[in-house]
Amino acid sequence: MAEAFLGISAYYHDSAAALVLDGRIVAAAQEERFSRKKHDASFPAQAARYVLAEAGLDLQDLRAIAFYDKPFLKFERLLESYHAFAPRGLRSFLQSMPVWVKDKLFMRRMLKQELTKLAAAPPEKWPRLLFPEHHLSHAASAFYPSPFSEAAILTVDGVGEWATTTIAAGAGNKVSILRDLSFPHSVGLLYSAFTYYCGFKVNSGEYKLMGLAPYGNSDGERVKRFYRLIFDQLVDLRDDGSLLLNMEYFDFVTGLRMCKDARWESLFGIPRRAAESELTPAYMDMALAIQQAVEEIVLRMAGSAVAVTGMRRLVMAGGVALNCVANGKLLRSGIVDELWIQPAAGDAGGALGAAYAAAHLWADEDRSIPAEAADAMQGSYLGPSFDANDVARLCRRYAASCRHFEDFDALTASVAQELAGGHIVGWFQGRMEWGPRALGNRSILGDARRPEMQKRLNLKIKYREGFRPFAPAVLAEDSGDFFDLAQPSPYMLLVAPVRESRRRPLPEDYPEMEMYARLYHQRSDIPAVTHIDYSARIQTVHAETNPRFHALLTAFREHSGYGLLVNTSFNVRGEPIVCTPEDAYRCFMTTEMDVLVIGNALFYKNEQPAWQADKRQNQTFEAD
Amino acid sequence: MEFWKDIWGFLTQRKKYWLLPAILVLLVFGALLVFSSGSAIAPFIYTLF
Repeated sequence: MAEAFLGISAYYHDSAAALVLDGRIVAAAQEERFSRKKHDASFPAQAARYVLAEAGLDLQDLRAIAFYDKPFLKFERLLESYHAFAPRGLRSFLQSMPVWVKDKLFMRRMLKQELTKLAAAPPEKWPRLLFPEHHLSHAASAFYPSPFSEAAILTVDGVGEWATTTIAAGAGNKVSILRDLSFPHSVGLLYSAFTYYCGFKVNSGEYKLMGLAPYGNSDGERVKRFYRLIFDQLVDLRDDGSLLLNMEYFDFVTGLRMCKDARWESLFGIPRRAAESELTPAYMDMALAIQQAVEEIVLRMAGSAVAVTGMRRLVMAGGVALNCVANGKLLRSGIVDELWIQPAAGDAGGALGAAYAAAHLWADEDRSIPAEAADAMQGSYLGPSFDANDVARLCRRYAASCRHFEDFDALTASVAQELAGGHIVGWFQGRMEWGPRALGNRSILGDARRPEMQKRLNLKIKYREGFRPFAPAVLAEDSGDFFDLAQPSPYMLLVAPVRESRRRPLPEDYPEMEMYARLYHQRSDIPAVTHIDYSARIQTVHAETNPRFHALLTAFREHSGYGLLVNTSFNVRGEPIVCTPEDAYRCFMTTEMDVLVIGNALFYKNEQPAWQADKRQNQTFEAD
Repeated sequence: MEFWKDIWGFLTQRKKYWLLPAILVLLVFGALLVFSSGSAIAPFIYTLF
């Protein structure tokens, strides 16, 4: 009989549902894509309904349902933390306790109430409800779908129940946690504190801080001073990567802020940056210093994971594993032989890990390793897909005009021509991606050779900060022509340098130049995806996992000689990545995108009727 | 009943019996909140709780 396991993450941030059937991922999706609320934390009713429908199952058909952490253990941490810091933290205590005594302590009941809405069968016919630990869920999400039969596992995030970092060993169908680092000592919360201090939103602005770091002056005295201050005053880092935060400088345990602003100001000599205010060089240097510090910490932790387990293949998950700059450095360091990272490394991925943990650790299911070094993620294309009927419905609803191509090669040739002509294309195909990155099924694409593309995409399409970099999607077989990358990067989780031969020289006064003058200087023959320090966050595109995107890149190569495009997620600032053709069309019509492709249908902006607002068309998204 | 079974299992496994009075007091106060509105999602800069 088929053994199916439903994993759920919810009530913190990025709620999600995933379904594993006989050891294979059937579907996984984040609730935000359906609800259209970025980082939606509510119970993932729509995502759960979708994954069950994809498998053709009802709740009573499942062997178990697994929630991605242990609420009581988290409550223990809260009470002990408040007790340890009392009487400080009274305000925070008074804010948090009502949430717990009213709802979260009764998580089992709360989950059952929500699941009732999904189930046809009465509760007595439902399967067991399990609560694997938060970091065990992360570890399971990193190890079980990886291509390795044995691997060291490193999970690093803000905090789960108590653990903020764990080292585990994975072998066969078992995962054993061997070391952990406990709250409040957390590299994730350290990075979030800097995110907060540099004026970005905690839990969503960490990417921005990472993207800002290369603007810092690595040869300048200020970066070195900030780096020294981090390790002299804020963090006591040990050789094995374990660390102690100096809580005199942090406020997240008992306060409602990440850090103590006055103390940081006297330490670093700059005030906390107000949100959306000007980014001065001091904050760029601060971003670079904390990036360098995190890289040092992650490298030491990875070294410990190798030493403790005796395994030189490493898998990672947890929010910090989304720091693709650190991942790239780790790979180049030689500390590990091979590195694999769960594409949904953040808390959404906990849903998948919980389902896997239930299957292998609780039900003791055997684990099969995919053949030929492939992982089990199916390219991370695990979300809903739509067909020509959905496109026809869309066209009827909006009186939209499209051209239908029977021959996909003819479509890719047309789209390649549009891209080479400088047009920006919304590319919507097949199943939606799992994880925070658009990997060529819900993507906005542009020609990376064009000097103005980065600015245009940021300001006219995405409506986001002009300094933010874009990533290249490159044919896997051509990646060596462009980048110094030691292994494939199908999930856009590794940063590597642009090859020396493609770089263009910089003026002598480059480090002193104004931020945007530096940004718009041509640094390579693919300027739109070459970040300020010649780095790029790479997606290698493989014919085996995404033949349609691969075909488009091949067509573009035939047209231009470059098997590479700018690939950014199909959304505007603050909006979740589009899920349905309607979401895509709405985004297409409300931005300056030129062309939209949904399946085999091609929409030209200048052939569409005037855009008229309906209830949802006017939906605005809060800036992230 | 299921809740009390769960909480007792947790306390005995973790040997954290000292948390029991704290939990009881909080639950009594929590009863006062039954009629107040609110959701399980905490309004906080970092979702530590």
